[in-house]
Amino acid sequence: MRIGLFVTCVNDLMYPGTGQAVVRILQRLGHEVDFPAAQTCCGQMHANSGYRAETMPLLRRFVDVFEPYQAIVAPSGSCAAMVRESYPRLAADDPALAERVAALAPRVYELSELLVDVLGVTELGAEFPHRVTYHPTCHGLRMLGLGDKPLRLLRGVSGIRLVALDAAEQCCGFGGTFAVKNPDVSTAMLADKARHVLDTDAEVLAAADNSCLAHIAGGLSRMRTGVRAMHYAEILASTGGTR
Amino acid sequence: MSVAPQGRRLLPVLPHGSGHLAPPQPFPQRARAAVADPQLRANIRRATRTIRDKRAAAVSEVDDWEQLREAGRTIKRRVARHLPELLERFERAATAAGATVHWARDAAEANRIVTDLVRATGSDEVVKVKSMVTQEIELNDALARAGITASETDLAELIVQLDDGEQSHILVPAIHYNRAEIREIFRREMADAPADLTDDPAVLAEAARRHLRRKFLSTRVAISGANFAVADTGSLVVLESEGNGRMCLTLPETLISVVGIEKLVPSFADLEVFLQLLPRSSTAERMNPYTSVWTGSVPGDGPSDVHIVLLDNGRSATLADTVGRQALACIRCSACLNVCPVYERTGGIAYGSVYPGPIGAIISPQLTGIAANKSLPYASSLCGACYEVCPVKIDIPEVLVHLRQSGVDGARDRPSAERTAMRTLSWVMSDQRRYENALRAARISTGPVAALTGRGRRRRPGGPAGSLAHLPWPLSAWTTSRDAPLPARQSFRDWWRARDDRPGRSAAPDPGTPAGPPDPGTPAGPPDPGTPAGPPDPGTPAGPPDPGTPAGPAALGSSAGPAGSGSGRPAPSEEHADE
Repeated sequence: MRIGLFVTCVNDLMYPGTGQAVVRILQRLGHEVDFPAAQTCCGQMHANSGYRAETMPLLRRFVDVFEPYQAIVAPSGSCAAMVRESYPRLAADDPALAERVAALAPRVYELSELLVDVLGVTELGAEFPHRVTYHPTCHGLRMLGLGDKPLRLLRGVSGIRLVALDAAEQCCGFGGTFAVKNPDVSTAMLADKARHVLDTDAEVLAAADNSCLAHIAGGLSRMRTGVRAMHYAEILASTGGTR
Repeated sequence: MSVAPQGRRLLPVLPHGSGHLAPPQPFPQRARAAVADPQLRANIRRATRTIRDKRAAAVSEVDDWEQLREAGRTIKRRVARHLPELLERFERAATAAGATVHWARDAAEANRIVTDLVRATGSDEVVKVKSMVTQEIELNDALARAGITASETDLAELIVQLDDGEQSHILVPAIHYNRAEIREIFRREMADAPADLTDDPAVLAEAARRHLRRKFLSTRVAISGANFAVADTGSLVVLESEGNGRMCLTLPETLISVVGIEKLVPSFADLEVFLQLLPRSSTAERMNPYTSVWTGSVPGDGPSDVHIVLLDNGRSATLADTVGRQALACIRCSACLNVCPVYERTGGIAYGSVYPGPIGAIISPQLTGIAANKSLPYASSLCGACYEVCPVKIDIPEVLVHLRQSGVDGARDRPSAERTAMRTLSWVMSDQRRYENALRAARISTGPVAALTGRGRRRRPGGPAGSLAHLPWPLSAWTTSRDAPLPARQSFRDWWRARDDRPGRSAAPDPGTPAGPPDPGTPAGPPDPGTPAGPPDPGTPAGPPDPGTPAGPAALGSSAGPAGSGSGRPAPSEEHADE
């Protein structure tokens, strides 16, 4: 299958390792991965902050760039949810665009959906001998309905010690611009999330969204906890369990 | 109220509501005080956790819960579409049954109607059934100004009233108090409280019961709200747990009920759906202890003088918005408050409205108009937990975003730093060249910025980019409590272009993936054998390589080691480059 990679702007700039991991995983499975370089950003921050007019050129661009692909994969629950759940609403008053969005949106998958539902794999031959806890990020959990798909993939990793996170399904407080518009509440939510992460005694916190992870990791780092945050794709792509 | 597009007849502008609906200071400021109060945090955390676990259990017992929710939503949608007709049908039926129906455009008109009705009875005292709508219009204050004492009889409302405090929850307005605090309030404010009062819930409830019983038996006028108003029969319905409502609805001679116009249901049979949805969602009970239904007045049975005040107060204006009108479906169960991670940290008073939490964040600004209530639509991280538990499937996140949009659209002609930033960012992201230049600029400027303000980039080859401890305003709101990630040394797209398996590229070592914490700093393994080469990007000119963009991992400032994942996250045991 020829798969279009939507790496997302945050990953492009900040977390290229996550995009590299997706490429490696899919190529190992024998699929052709293409990265259309004309891609930029899905417009989620604009849309969720109320800037609809500023979102539309980004939406149109996404549709133009990814229309040729049978399947599009994004290593981000919230960006995949933006395209699949919010694009149809945003495009509703332009019938021609709405039709294109309706055809494209169902072909956009978060990584675990592509692996588990479309490609039917949960064993990737990864090795990661570390104690890991997983935070199900909100948009993947509630908008996409990922359920335990990322966890099923992580359970197939050899050497991994998965520990359950208490109050896992509570938001970490990131919420895009919420983190700077309501910094006190956001930090209070972060504090509880960090406490639950520390309670697991995990070395690594994994999740499906690097934006949420940047928030939690920013707190864990500020407190000098020594806990590392990783996108779960990077764990699934890991084959050498050094140290 | 949206302005009609060109060529369509303008509707008359519908009035917005007034009353206890908007915070005097923006939500973030009020929230700051709330999250800093350890006792409040502990009280709310304990209470919301208890009730949300109970709700989950009560709901999981019902096999057709999802169908019930869908039915609830469908009935409420029908009500929204046919509201004028249903209201007229209700008025006819209620009048025929012996009630007097009054119409109130806003809080002031409703307060005037109720005050005049109480005055006409010659009484200067009323007892009240717990009612959100009378708190919304601040009826107690209006009555006090007319020399009429209104006594709340719901236990939680009584506690708040005795303390002269503010309600913080739809179902349990005193949820922010703990038992010890309640005991102190009773001892201080309740003249007939026993001297040996403890903080045992049963003892506190008994003291309140004795205090209230005297009022029930002596007061001739009662004021209530209603959970539902049945259009076909003209009946009003109140659900409660304590029995205080039943006392107020049956003992007095005069009963005045203030009812928001959205409370209509078409027929009595529709109650079958809501009497299942509401108790399980609100109190986590299979069935609430008291359900009172009354239809007009019956000689010799209950109040003889029955009045119903139908209140708009911004509801018609809300109804005119086809997305926002979902909020009118709310049955005031408060399940969304109990699961909301924001509410759990701030409590209800921070919202500055009688309707707090997620539902309040979409009801309050619509009743008042968005211009009068700018901060509440942003009082949410859009996590979606509220939508999951809403018994009538109000898509609260959708409405929140919609209201943010209304606020942004309404301020298009006013200069704002945020709008400029959003516009600029949209312009940059709308073009590949601009976007790539911006990525490069971010990466290049990171070094000096990090040296000045950060905890440095890691010098060890292959290490992560490090993190920043201080960012300038407005991003300082981030770094007050969190480190910020730095851009990676090499963007994903640059890595992609430099891959060894691309046609026309000389082979370069595969940049390995870091194997785990901390970064190994050694290549994770040999390049993947048998990786099919990807086709050249369609529609992307190969072009000259960017100056300043490394052609491959070897150009990354280290002659050994791989490019690393370039993960911008702070890693443990960070070595500070500049210390």
